[in-house]
Amino acid sequence: MSGLTSMGVSELAAAIKGKKASASEVVDAHLARISEKDGSIGAFLARADETACGEAKEIDARLARGEDPGPLAGVPIAIKDAIHVKGLATTCGSKILKKFATPYDATVIRRLKSAGAIVLGKLNMDEFAMGSSNENSAFGPVRNPWDLTRVPGGSSGGSAAAVCAGFAAMTLGSDTGGSIRQPAAFCGVVGLKPTYGRVSRYGLVAFASSLDQIGPLTHSCADAALSLSVIAGQDVHDATSSPRPLDDYAAAVGQPTKGLRVGVPRDFLKTGVDAFVMAEFDRTIAALKSDGASIVDVSLKNAPHAIATYYLVATAEASSNLARFDGVRYGLRTDSATSRATLKDMYGETRDQGFGPEVKRRIILGTFVLSSGYYDAYYLRAQKVRTLIRRDFEKAFESCDVIATPTTPSPAFKLGEKTANPLEMYLADVFTVPANLAGLPGISVPCGFSAGLPVGLQFVGPAFAETAILRAGSAVERLSDASARRPAL
Amino acid sequence: MVEIEDKLLTHIATLARLSLSKEETHALAQDLREILKYAASLETLDLTGVPPMSHATEGERFRPDEATHDLTHQQALQNAPDQEAGLFRVPQVIGG
Repeated sequence: MSGLTSMGVSELAAAIKGKKASASEVVDAHLARISEKDGSIGAFLARADETACGEAKEIDARLARGEDPGPLAGVPIAIKDAIHVKGLATTCGSKILKKFATPYDATVIRRLKSAGAIVLGKLNMDEFAMGSSNENSAFGPVRNPWDLTRVPGGSSGGSAAAVCAGFAAMTLGSDTGGSIRQPAAFCGVVGLKPTYGRVSRYGLVAFASSLDQIGPLTHSCADAALSLSVIAGQDVHDATSSPRPLDDYAAAVGQPTKGLRVGVPRDFLKTGVDAFVMAEFDRTIAALKSDGASIVDVSLKNAPHAIATYYLVATAEASSNLARFDGVRYGLRTDSATSRATLKDMYGETRDQGFGPEVKRRIILGTFVLSSGYYDAYYLRAQKVRTLIRRDFEKAFESCDVIATPTTPSPAFKLGEKTANPLEMYLADVFTVPANLAGLPGISVPCGFSAGLPVGLQFVGPAFAETAILRAGSAVERLSDASARRPAL
Repeated sequence: MVEIEDKLLTHIATLARLSLSKEETHALAQDLREILKYAASLETLDLTGVPPMSHATEGERFRPDEATHDLTHQQALQNAPDQEAGLFRVPQVIGG
């Protein structure tokens, strides 16, 4: 069967179940493509060829015996290197965790394996998920499959590039301020950040615990829906995971556009958006309207403050979470040159050697905003603005089902273009950060192209309304051929 | 607005357990000034009576407080940079 590496999750699962292709053929085809093409992209940090081939054989044997190995039987997936997969290292893109051997599976991995999915390897990322271009990885950048001189976005850059390049049918990313949706937009794939609490974070290395959420990157909304139905649900190991029952995500995909109320926050889109991105966005909104959606003006008046709020809240949480990397229980330890060195010296030197510049910058900022004398002026103030941002969404959702914005203000930028100016890099997340602060689900769907580069459209929904954003996303897929396009590698 | 000088940054780095070089300290002080200048926009908002938001959850749910042994002693130590007699070993803690 040809074209296995351009097929999506649902298509592959159906082909394997229908015995049109074996799981072994599917896994072999993907591993061969990674070997052939990943040298120029750099998506994978580690591969699990041997276990993947073994698991594929087992799936085939179970199918031959007439068993049902699960909804994702034989589907090849790959995982952002911030999520634990037993037997593989978890580096988080950092020197400080270079040799960390993972002793257990994250809850999402356990669920995916039970559903029959096969893990092909671990994917490159910005160090500790801090970045919007994947250039902060200690193990080299990832290149955008649409244009190898450009970034794939970040921090889940490897996850987006791997789906785009046909290395895996689905990948997992994590999203703290846009780290699934922004790279999905840059690489022309679908990226879903579920509601905070919908998916267990157990086994995800924490960046900012009140914002982090795991989600899938796929070729289609149908694949995102199927993946979400496997990974979502309450978990005893994550006290913030919700007991709410899951919805029928697959059924939401393909529902008619008629009756869908799409909110557009025009004031928020007034400045800083690339003209070509804005044109693709407006064209898609007009197409949704022709297809039966009603377009509603909404206001997110505090959203322009989201980036500032985010960088005070997320760095504060990160400075606390990253205190655990101290050279005692795991990871790098830098031994001091002097024999009189103390524990404190070892902490300082290990962390100075082990962390890259962006991680240090955020630890310093976070430590500052939490420190005595500055807490009220910065951290507490930011937490109050966070309330205002959430209230804006609650008000807006009184008159619409989903809110649409471009996912990013521009298409993928060049490698090195924004590395000299941290603030400019932060602004790449201006449209994705508000959903994290409010804890809401968001999806990026390809809606067009600008000079050969994909443009993403984002829908944000009310808490636990993943069905609404999947429905809206699938409407965009029907109205645009952008999701169907693949880069020539 | 607070003036971020190298001396304050050195204090913050001590709290964060980062042994920064002079160059790093200077560059980070500069970055921090830029970021806080940008964040000053939050000072224009009226936040009277607005409660702080620390989490987006509907409230946490705790499991029963029962000990489980998901990791063995050996697994817990397998990544230790230094260990002795089943314990993590660290450099001298006090004095010297």
